[in-house]
Amino acid sequence: MEQTMIHHDSHYDPEASKIGMWLFIFTELLLFGGLFIIYSVYRFMNPDAFHLAAKELDTTIGAINTIILLVSSMTVAMATSAIQNKNIKLTQILLGITVVLAIVFLVNKYFEWSAKFDHGIFPGSEHLINDMSKGEILFFGLYFVMTGLHALHIIIGMAFIIFVMVFVAKKKVHPERYALLENSGLYWHLVDVIWIFLFPLFYLIT
Amino acid sequence: MQTATQIPTDVSFLEYRKYKGIFNWILSTDHKRIGLMYLYSMMTLFFVGVALGLAMKLELIAPGKTIMDAQDYNAVFTVHGVIMIFMIVIPGLPAVFGNFLLPIMIGAKDVAFPKLNLLSWYIYILGALLVIASVLFGNGTPDTGWTFYAPYSFKSGTNLLPAIFGAFVLGFSSILTGLNFIVTIHRMRAPGMTWLKMPLFPWSLYGTAWIQLLATPVVGITLLLIILERVFGIGVFDPALGGDPILYQHLFWIYSHPAVYVMILPAMGAISEIIPTFTQKHIFGYKAIIGSTLAIAFVGYFVWGHHMFTSGMSGTAQYTFSILTFLVAIPSAIKVFNWISTMYKGSISLQTPFYWAASFIFIFMIGGLSGLVLGALATDIYVHDTAFVVAHFHFIVFGGVGFSFFGAIHYWFPKIWGRMYDTKWANTGWLVFSIGFLALYSPMFYLGMQGMPRRYYDYLEEFHAANILSTLGSWVMTFGLVIIVINLVRSAKHGPKAEMNPWNGKTLEWTVPSPPPVENFEEIPVYGEKDGPYEY
Repeated sequence: MEQTMIHHDSHYDPEASKIGMWLFIFTELLLFGGLFIIYSVYRFMNPDAFHLAAKELDTTIGAINTIILLVSSMTVAMATSAIQNKNIKLTQILLGITVVLAIVFLVNKYFEWSAKFDHGIFPGSEHLINDMSKGEILFFGLYFVMTGLHALHIIIGMAFIIFVMVFVAKKKVHPERYALLENSGLYWHLVDVIWIFLFPLFYLIT
Repeated sequence: MQTATQIPTDVSFLEYRKYKGIFNWILSTDHKRIGLMYLYSMMTLFFVGVALGLAMKLELIAPGKTIMDAQDYNAVFTVHGVIMIFMIVIPGLPAVFGNFLLPIMIGAKDVAFPKLNLLSWYIYILGALLVIASVLFGNGTPDTGWTFYAPYSFKSGTNLLPAIFGAFVLGFSSILTGLNFIVTIHRMRAPGMTWLKMPLFPWSLYGTAWIQLLATPVVGITLLLIILERVFGIGVFDPALGGDPILYQHLFWIYSHPAVYVMILPAMGAISEIIPTFTQKHIFGYKAIIGSTLAIAFVGYFVWGHHMFTSGMSGTAQYTFSILTFLVAIPSAIKVFNWISTMYKGSISLQTPFYWAASFIFIFMIGGLSGLVLGALATDIYVHDTAFVVAHFHFIVFGGVGFSFFGAIHYWFPKIWGRMYDTKWANTGWLVFSIGFLALYSPMFYLGMQGMPRRYYDYLEEFHAANILSTLGSWVMTFGLVIIVINLVRSAKHGPKAEMNPWNGKTLEWTVPSPPPVENFEEIPVYGEKDGPYEY
């Protein structure tokens, strides 16, 4: 048993997994980068329509969601410190809070989206196509794609953190071996950073 | 510590059995087995692609309808393109030879993330199955061409969703392989193997991996938007809803142009390994080759616009893209000069891999120089969307990557399967293949200059003679291909046993038994002060 552990650890390279995670984060940034390019091009082409359409969005709910994500980024970072201090219980609590905040974010998002649907604003809707300008159609098309893709990343990040919690409970992630926990934190920060860009682009700049 | 591993060092990876039957392959995280799984799945798909190519050439043997009508022809060139580009030439050398050789060449036991490596193969298979599903099910085979240009890609009534989603999924496989290679090269080089002592094939994989990593997500999101456009009508590329189809072309080529460097860089890397071995000489301009690899990878990001000279761009944009395109030719030429200089005063041994490498240089130069014709604004307008483009493209992508791939497989064959192939048949195969290749694609340069458009199933009577030559060429080339494949398949089973180092190569893969044991090295090699990959 002792020997298996040693052998196991000889393959363990936390630096490698961290580099791997950073590289993956680059790819995610470029994935959203494509969307940000499209957004800027169409904003440049339709400044008035984007101004008009942005007024439809609820800045308050967007701001609340921003605060939620910032706090959740803090808790996930604190979870890394907690495991470094060998406090497993606190680690689990902080990760748990992160997951709860992610769920609250998604619930808010759900209400926000359904409000849009109630007003007949969704891709391909009659209201959108018949009553709105092309710029507004593009704005809402991008709004749904970008916030939708971001919400998908929230779900993936959340699943990742829950997965880490299970690993912590099984003692596969422990104070000597916590690269996975750090990586889930890195990923969560990425999800947060993308929102930090989405929020002003859709809600604040009008 | 040693007892726990329980992986024998005297049993080759092909004989080592951990599971039963096929599970030894599909559950194996051994980079060598994964490389071979890529090879076998790719070869299967390659034959489908070749068959479709032959069908197109047969259709073009005479004007008018020969064996299929226009719609079928559209479907055939689309599926041919999707299979050949996304499933064969893009993953080709990195997934097969990169996987098999990268860890051995840098003195490591495996890649950094072996499980992720296996997952990449599964993702690859999933993507391939999705594309095949688009052919077998639904109403109509995709007919947009492999580029999925908007707006036709969401207006066409054919079964495009699985094909586009398949290309998206294949991109994931490519990203994960690239990620794995970058981390492997950064973290797992043998002690003493500094960056400037790393062999050139790993170097080319390193450049490639960065392109895979940084360019693929852009096409990923673009294809995703096409899917959303088709399903929900979000309007981003639909002019009827305010979107701009030209923007699609930009985003598509931001990936798909660097993707041709994903194809060609590892091909050049393999050539840079073959030439020093068969001239028994240190590679000329080692650092210049590395520099040109990185320069190609970098400048390659900024030339995508040359695919769109006729799509509508400002004059400034056109000049800029044109000049940048010319710039990429410089590092490519540097490599060619270095290969030739390596041969100068070397003791050249005329073996099969060397024939492939030498003909690679010849074919690559024709392809590269014809590329300048397309990169220059005035001449491009003249030959845009003609058979000339098809000829240029196949000289680079099939000629460049294909010749290098066959060179690589003949070079590393004894290492991979531990057996030798029949040299006579291998040389015959090379000769027949090369003659067929030239006969197949050279007439297309002429046809394009005469104005024959590409992607048409029909043509004017005046193009007949050259088209007959081209079709005959396709048969000769396929015949050569059959000779090569039969010889290799037969030899992998029945060939005479190969030595550890049949070519007197100096890179690390030639210091381990053929075929290598599961964990490659009994002891991780150490590079001393004076060691290097090409010290003859």
